[in-house]
Amino acid sequence: MLLRLDNVQTYYGNIQALKGIHIHISEGEIVTLIGANGAGKSTTLMSISGITPPREGKIFFMDREIHNLTPDAIVSLGISQVPEGRHIFPELTVMENLQMGAFLRTDSKETKDDLEYIFELFPILTQRRNQAGGTLSGGEQQMLAISRALMARPRLLLLDEPSLGLAPLVVKQIFEIIRKINFTHNTTVFLVEQNANLALQLADRGYVMENGNIVLEDSSGNLLSNDNVRKAYLGI
Amino acid sequence: MEYFLQLLLGGLTRGSIYALIALGYTMVYGIIELINFAHGEIYMIGAFTALIMSSVLTLYGFNEVSIIVLSSLIALIYSSAYGFTVEKIAYKPLRGAPRLSPLISAIGMSIFLQNYVLLAQTSDFLPFPTLIPEFNFMKNYEHVFGSTELVIVVTTVLVMILLTILIKFTKIGRAMRATAQDKKMAMLVGINVNKIISVTFIIGSVMAAIGGILIASHIGQINFYIGFIAGIKAFTAAVLGGIGSIPGAVLGGFVLGWTESFATGYVSSDYEDVFAFALLVLILIFRPEGILGKSSSQKV
Repeated sequence: MLLRLDNVQTYYGNIQALKGIHIHISEGEIVTLIGANGAGKSTTLMSISGITPPREGKIFFMDREIHNLTPDAIVSLGISQVPEGRHIFPELTVMENLQMGAFLRTDSKETKDDLEYIFELFPILTQRRNQAGGTLSGGEQQMLAISRALMARPRLLLLDEPSLGLAPLVVKQIFEIIRKINFTHNTTVFLVEQNANLALQLADRGYVMENGNIVLEDSSGNLLSNDNVRKAYLGI
Repeated sequence: MEYFLQLLLGGLTRGSIYALIALGYTMVYGIIELINFAHGEIYMIGAFTALIMSSVLTLYGFNEVSIIVLSSLIALIYSSAYGFTVEKIAYKPLRGAPRLSPLISAIGMSIFLQNYVLLAQTSDFLPFPTLIPEFNFMKNYEHVFGSTELVIVVTTVLVMILLTILIKFTKIGRAMRATAQDKKMAMLVGINVNKIISVTFIIGSVMAAIGGILIASHIGQINFYIGFIAGIKAFTAAVLGGIGSIPGAVLGGFVLGWTESFATGYVSSDYEDVFAFALLVLILIFRPEGILGKSSSQKV
């Protein structure tokens, strides 16, 4: 078991955003978390990353408790997040953004190799390497955000709404890359998506979230054919 | 013409000091959006420490060069310890609180440090030794630009070059810029944001202390209140240039220095502050984001 959330309850002030959720992810899986706006999907990722630590419950990563650790300690264990809205450092160049992704790494040789691999994966970033991150298009920024997270060489990649605001063709391209990263590096992926159809096609398993609770958990195939899921999230 | 040159160079000297202090304001604002009102006090403490240390070292019979180097070095270390501690006890516990709370805490810290030095030292003006020697090669220019002025300007330029290198080309500098641009994302790439904030306070304090030592040995006397005046002026400079912008703080410092210098020279020294703050009012009316600042809509 790579990641396990055990009865996680997270609050914003007095408002409870996560009401005791259980999630488990094994090494090499692609798991998706789907649900409506405000269901608590992003909060789940932020709780894992330590930005909004849970008030109750436990989070284990490789059998180690991480819910009390600071965000930088969590990154150093091998969990990287691509937050919703991409959050590119707007005035840092593409190159500097990528270097920030490798902030905690000390293996300069391997970091360099990874950088080359990124540029192979996203040739457009090579052309843009000296441009400020804020001047990139939405799709390019999403590619940069994923690349920045990969520069940390994570074991677990958390992706929050990578399809948000992007043209269908670009979305397809990005999902293709996610599959490729998972396949070639055995990087485990935890994907939060509103585009449930797309997410379930990519993922092995899925969780459905409603009002801070996990209401359903199954293989992607079963979720895709589940009547309630089809009605509520797939618009069929 | 010579009079003009004298005023120009005088403004440059003044502006250098303002710029050194303004950088601390602007860097802290850039990272935690706080006007650190206690920053001027760090400058004052830098000058006081240099004064005390140079007296002690003179007493022990150290030679001139080692007095300058040692007392300055100790003053810088001592001031940065103050800057670091002020952040830890007065601002860090208030992170996440409404923005007014740390601001009030900063004003409180400023008053506390002033009175602490007042009680620990004295309310009188104390003579400050001329640490900076008179250079022979400056003899012919002394009537327009003295040795101390030269040292002030050269030191300021050096500090700014070092700061630019630090911020532009080092890993910690990159992390500082990243933190200023997007704090949450900085955490998500593994930056220890608290550490970056501490580093920012230490760098700002070092620059303020350098300014304090330089101006004290230029003017020749200090008291517990010098930090307040210089702090307000440097804050004005930072706002003029665009708070949060590093080149803006430097530019604002020089613009303010020249404004004061020319106002003193061509109008009257009584109007020095009037012109300085009138300039601030004009900037705030016509370009509220400052000369090099970004408008707030752009920042998001």
